[in-house]
Amino acid sequence: MSYKVYVDVVAEFSKDGILRPRSFTWIDGQKYEIQSITDIRRAASLKAGGAGMRYTCRIWGREAHLYYEDDNRWFMESREDIRTEE
Amino acid sequence: MERVILHSDMNCYYAGVEHLYHPELKGKPIAVGGDPQKRHGIVLTADYMAKKYGVKTGMTLKEAYALCPCITFISPHMDRYLRFSRMAREIYGEYTDRQEPFGIDECWLDVTESASVKGDGYKIAREISRRIKEELGLTVSIGVSYNKIFAKLGSDYKKPDAITSFYRWERESKAWPLAASKLLYVGRRTAVKLHKIGINTIGDIANAREDILTDHLGKMGSVLKAFALGYDDSPVKKEGASAPVKSIGNGITTVRDLENIEDVKVVLYALSESVAKRLRENGFSCKTVEIHFRDNGLMSFTRQRPLKHPSDITAEIAEAGVGIVRDNYDFRKPLRSIGIRGCDLIEGSYWDQGDIFQDPKEREKRMQMDRAVDNIRERFGYYSIQRGLMLNDRGLSSINAREDHTVHPVAFDFSR
Repeated sequence: MSYKVYVDVVAEFSKDGILRPRSFTWIDGQKYEIQSITDIRRAASLKAGGAGMRYTCRIWGREAHLYYEDDNRWFMESREDIRTEE
Repeated sequence: MERVILHSDMNCYYAGVEHLYHPELKGKPIAVGGDPQKRHGIVLTADYMAKKYGVKTGMTLKEAYALCPCITFISPHMDRYLRFSRMAREIYGEYTDRQEPFGIDECWLDVTESASVKGDGYKIAREISRRIKEELGLTVSIGVSYNKIFAKLGSDYKKPDAITSFYRWERESKAWPLAASKLLYVGRRTAVKLHKIGINTIGDIANAREDILTDHLGKMGSVLKAFALGYDDSPVKKEGASAPVKSIGNGITTVRDLENIEDVKVVLYALSESVAKRLRENGFSCKTVEIHFRDNGLMSFTRQRPLKHPSDITAEIAEAGVGIVRDNYDFRKPLRSIGIRGCDLIEGSYWDQGDIFQDPKEREKRMQMDRAVDNIRERFGYYSIQRGLMLNDRGLSSINAREDHTVHPVAFDFSR
């Protein structure tokens, strides 16, 4: 099982109305640049518990899912139990 | 062409959403409702596991706890449920613009016209079900049928996460053996009444004599018989038709004051066109026509009159309106504004008792004419076809038409 972790995100709104995350800050304070986004679709995270637009991102050559919930919040799935406030 | 109607029902909706947000409670019974800390309030939705223990909607948390001590109560998050409901409708919207919500978690979809592109109803149902699971993390039950009533029967037939068809040829074999209480509008009390006259299944209702049904159930008897036979051709309303509509009206403050019945006629016909069109679009007929008067001293009042027959026909509504004005206003003071409204709405598709003074052929003609005019206007614009009457006073007739052909003007507010 994974856990739901809300993270700080720096994102960009393009003039044609597309929202793209650029970087996020993990709970340990480490900032990660997003190299590329390979997929954007609405999806549910059954593991972390939630649903929203799912951005499949490449970070340091690894793939991670970043979810955007409608209420201006972004969450990720974590293997460790470091749940943030809901 | 046979219609293809789906009814999609999100299973244990509130509980389903909460399960998604609480993966740690997977496999454990939960109920949404009340205030768990204070341990009071009632159960709004129980999940399947809690239902197995006998927990039902409407129970107090205490009663639920007594039945199922391992239950977890979760306070409702209405914003979440609305959000997921909206996301589901976005998915439905990719298959049809004819979706009619029935509460927050159920929806009828008319996918007749997308069937040629997206595949048959069953295939579309499978795709919707898969997408709701992947994109929202919820399960749905979907009924596939040729009318709304049987589609609803299908989504209730098997839960959770199932697709059930009730095609025309499955009526006798699949629908009729079901308990009468499964039919829409057969509640507990109706079921008891039916049971007393030996009617226990949907097939029994279908085969019962209509006069016996109406003797015991009133008008509803005929409606239920029609439902059981699958004679439901009520349309799936267009997206956004929303909430129960009580009346449809339109009013206007005219460019100049209305001095006589001829002026009123022009304006009322123009207004009635939009009122009747909206009635038709939403599948309603009105049984009463109401006129709102306001004179140039800003004194206002309302008069209404029942129609002999429920109607969505422009000419009938306008004629009734003109009649009301003729009988209730003497034009000692000119009218500053006037409104017309159809109220006592009924679903337009149900039949109506004819009478010997009525000319059904003439009515049918008028209905066809309205449909033809709607069609022409949809294709070529509002001004492409007009009543001759409108030429009597272009000033009076044009102003409404102009507003009208962009977006229907917001209904004139009669409430005082």
